[in-house]
Amino acid sequence: MWGSLGEREERSAAEYRSRERRQAPMSEVSVAPSAAEPLLRVRGLAKHFPVRTGFRGQSLVRAVDGLDFDVRPGETLGLVGESGCGKTTTGRMLVRLLEPTAGTIEFEGRDITHAGRRQLRPLRQDLQIIFQDPYASLNPRHTVGRIIAMPLQVNGIEPPGGVKARVQELLEIVGLNPEHYNRYPHEFSGGQRQRIGIARALALRPKLIVADEPVSALDVSIQAQVVNLLRQLQRDLELAFVFIAHDLAVVRHFCQRVAVMYLGKIVEIGDRVDIYERPQHPYTRALLSAIPDVTKLGPGGRIRLTGDVPTPLDPPSGCRFRTRCWKAQEICATEEPALVSRGGGQAIACHFPESGPVAGESGGTAGVTVEEVSK
Amino acid sequence: MTRFLVKRLFSAVLTLFAVSVLTFLMFFALPRDPVTGMCPKNCNPERLERVRDELGLNDPLITQYAGYMKGIVTGRDLGSAQGGHCDAPCLGWSYVTNEAVSDTIARVLPVTLSIVIPAAVLWLLLGVGLGMVSALRRGTWLDRLAIGFSLTGASLQLYFVGAVLLLVFVYNLRLLPVPSYTSILDNPVKWASGLVLAWVSLAFLFSAIYARLSRAQMLETLSEDFVRTARAKGLAKPKVYGRHALRAAITPVVTIAGLDVGGALGGTVITETTFGIQGLGRTAVDAVRAGDLPTIMATVLIAAVFVVLANVLVDLLYAAIDPRVRLR
Amino acid sequence: MSLSPVEGVALAEIESGGPEVPERKDVVGRSPGRLAWIRLRRDRTAMVSGGMLLFFMLLALAAPLIEMLYGIGPKEQFQSLLDGFGMPLGYSGGVSGDHWFGLEPGLGRDIFIRLIYGLRTSLFIAFAAAVITATLGVVLGTLAGYLGGWLDAVINWITDLTLAMPFLVIALALTPTLVLRFYGEREAVSPAFGVAVLIGVFAIFGWTSTARLVRGQVIALREREFVEAARASGAGLGHMVFRQLLPNIWAPILVSFSLAVPQFITSEAALSFIGVGLSDETPSFGRMIYRSLDYLQTDPAYVFFPGITIFALVFAFNLFGDALRDALDPKSSR
Repeated sequence: MWGSLGEREERSAAEYRSRERRQAPMSEVSVAPSAAEPLLRVRGLAKHFPVRTGFRGQSLVRAVDGLDFDVRPGETLGLVGESGCGKTTTGRMLVRLLEPTAGTIEFEGRDITHAGRRQLRPLRQDLQIIFQDPYASLNPRHTVGRIIAMPLQVNGIEPPGGVKARVQELLEIVGLNPEHYNRYPHEFSGGQRQRIGIARALALRPKLIVADEPVSALDVSIQAQVVNLLRQLQRDLELAFVFIAHDLAVVRHFCQRVAVMYLGKIVEIGDRVDIYERPQHPYTRALLSAIPDVTKLGPGGRIRLTGDVPTPLDPPSGCRFRTRCWKAQEICATEEPALVSRGGGQAIACHFPESGPVAGESGGTAGVTVEEVSK
Repeated sequence: MTRFLVKRLFSAVLTLFAVSVLTFLMFFALPRDPVTGMCPKNCNPERLERVRDELGLNDPLITQYAGYMKGIVTGRDLGSAQGGHCDAPCLGWSYVTNEAVSDTIARVLPVTLSIVIPAAVLWLLLGVGLGMVSALRRGTWLDRLAIGFSLTGASLQLYFVGAVLLLVFVYNLRLLPVPSYTSILDNPVKWASGLVLAWVSLAFLFSAIYARLSRAQMLETLSEDFVRTARAKGLAKPKVYGRHALRAAITPVVTIAGLDVGGALGGTVITETTFGIQGLGRTAVDAVRAGDLPTIMATVLIAAVFVVLANVLVDLLYAAIDPRVRLR
Repeated sequence: MSLSPVEGVALAEIESGGPEVPERKDVVGRSPGRLAWIRLRRDRTAMVSGGMLLFFMLLALAAPLIEMLYGIGPKEQFQSLLDGFGMPLGYSGGVSGDHWFGLEPGLGRDIFIRLIYGLRTSLFIAFAAAVITATLGVVLGTLAGYLGGWLDAVINWITDLTLAMPFLVIALALTPTLVLRFYGEREAVSPAFGVAVLIGVFAIFGWTSTARLVRGQVIALREREFVEAARASGAGLGHMVFRQLLPNIWAPILVSFSLAVPQFITSEAALSFIGVGLSDETPSFGRMIYRSLDYLQTDPAYVFFPGITIFALVFAFNLFGDALRDALDPKSSR
């Protein structure tokens, strides 16, 4: 199946080299952000939306407020958090659908933060996006063939063997009948449509795909199929992923590293095992404890966060999570905790990180609510 | 609300200003020489030049425009040939009718109002009533009849309907006098009988459009959740339809009605021509035929004022009903 | 108003029975446009009114041919068939085997052939104006909606301004002014020029509604993910507009076009009726009805032929436009 993908004649020699380079770190998956040059390097990334308030007034929604992270070739980074925490905005900035307010995005060492359309051209081929809503992400007036061929057409690429052959090949890769290239999106189910979206993202043979909640609009039974497809593609094509999701179970299944976001900031980032088994930020703990688990019935290990997420128009001073945190102290209001590495590739932005595995400690935090703490 | 009002009024004034500039340019800058059209037959060059001078056509355009606007606000002095001083809403002097344009307008405006306002009441009652009934009785013969009526009415031409009505009621049956205008203060019966054909033909065509519109609106509202909820709560049908559905359905209808009435007040050109009644529209037509620039300019401006005013009123009404509008 | 193509698609999906369509070789999908066409074909009203329109258009196109077969031209006068007062002899305005719809009182021209040529004038002006306004509206609406910013603000402002101008009064005043600009006071105005001025006036005032419609649709589509997908692949303005946006809004554009044509027919007739549209020698419905008002008592048949013809024409257009809307947007209820 993948043999057909071997024809990379249309790619330049330089890209060959970069692909070979990317093979190396694959063996030592999920280790600290080390020597290997990152594919994507994000520093201080921020997006502020101006909103009109009151008479002639203007204020800023700090949707994303200073993110730092790297993605190495072939790595999958999960971006999780509640809705409204800035995950999607981040994803759109990475593929330059949104213009960042501040910070830098480097791709393969090149600063692309403010590159124009022309400069972005070669980059578009390496950086693609899969959307959340399979019903809105396909042009209803185009055949599947045209949809998948769109990136090729837009970039003026004529694959060997012709566009049609390439489209059929892609359809086969994502598990659809290659005979269906003449059909229209309305003739497919949600899961099949999402596969079409994936095929479109693969058309240019990208190195990094931003997947913005790719399965959250699908039925649970279909979700697993699509995630498995993505996993297979990731392994076979050595793709790097930024996988945006609010479903922690899906992220655990798919991602090697995980970044937890809260109100436009990363509160904790680390390898999957560390995040899921030894979470250190209180928010991560709360999120993880909210995963329904049939093996643990009753209110046992559940941390209930009370109160609403504060508005990004006027985020809390210091630590943004402090208004809902049961460990909050005075320093949390005055001093913003930096994202500090605590060894093992894990970095936490908290003054009072938790320690120890989740299971052992669950009794301790259970039932502790914000009211009890906030005098 | 106050802020919305101020904003809306400001934009209305701005629009009127732009319309006045545009019309001014259109009529005073476009033609080769406005005076040739304005001067009756046998004009010698001296007289032409005098008219040109009196009208200030030799001044730069901006001066002309400023003078015209000043006349509307404060009044101004025209030459002795133009009746001397011209009081506050001064719209200039017409050489064709030999009177101040504002006097002409003051004479014909009540005529147009007498045609449009009763007709509007008629078409709203008829149109909305028909639309509502056919929506509530969807699929019955009544509904089909209403649809047929609105489709037919929307395709008919006012002058044709008017001609047929004239033929039947005036010339053949002799039930009505030849249409004419009498002031309602002088003789209400004569006022009504002279204008009733104009009302009926206007109302016939417009109610067709309104029946269609209000039927669609009502059907949409009836399928909305809040109406179904009200029904599910066990509220009686008349109560649901009367209190919940009707109010929601009628709002957009009122909006369009406001705009239509504003537009019609600007000149029921066709109606007045068909029935030979001298209102604002007929005056505009005559002025165009005679090349009477000051009168043309005045009728266009007044029509624009009505349209813009209707827009403002409708917006305010909407804002009063639907608070979301104010936030825009 | 809700002419969103997606709704149609969602429904179409239900109609086509979901994805489990029986397996066929050389699978060709049914495009949303094809589905709409199938719905249109099934609609009897659409077929009848469409047939009527086709008939009218054929008549208009074949006017010179009809003139040849009929043997009478639109300008020929038959004074010998009028009585001393200029009234046509015979019943209902002189209807006879030679003159199917009778003769005009006064000038004695043949009504039937003048109607045929009036149809030609009317349809030509209406289609030309509709094509120009649709083009202008689509271009400006797309630009305003897609690019936004100051361009959007300017186009919006012009739209508002145009809507505040009383169309009929302005058209009434503007048309002679424009003619005067190019022709002298007593010079004969060529009929073609009169037609061109009318089309121009319609174009100036007509494009705003299409522009508004298109702008709204484009703004709704602009944020849709398939448009973003094209942007993420590096598509330029041309691809965005012609490949991604326009194919999704041709349905409402088509409906607005089909409903604009009868509006222009009506407007042309109205302007000619008031006497500012076309000169008397150009055959036109509005002109004929205006003249017929003078003979309402003496020759009532004269008003009916043009009156009923223009009614039938506009009626057919309105019916067809409605049916088209239903076919393209199955959710809308009539």
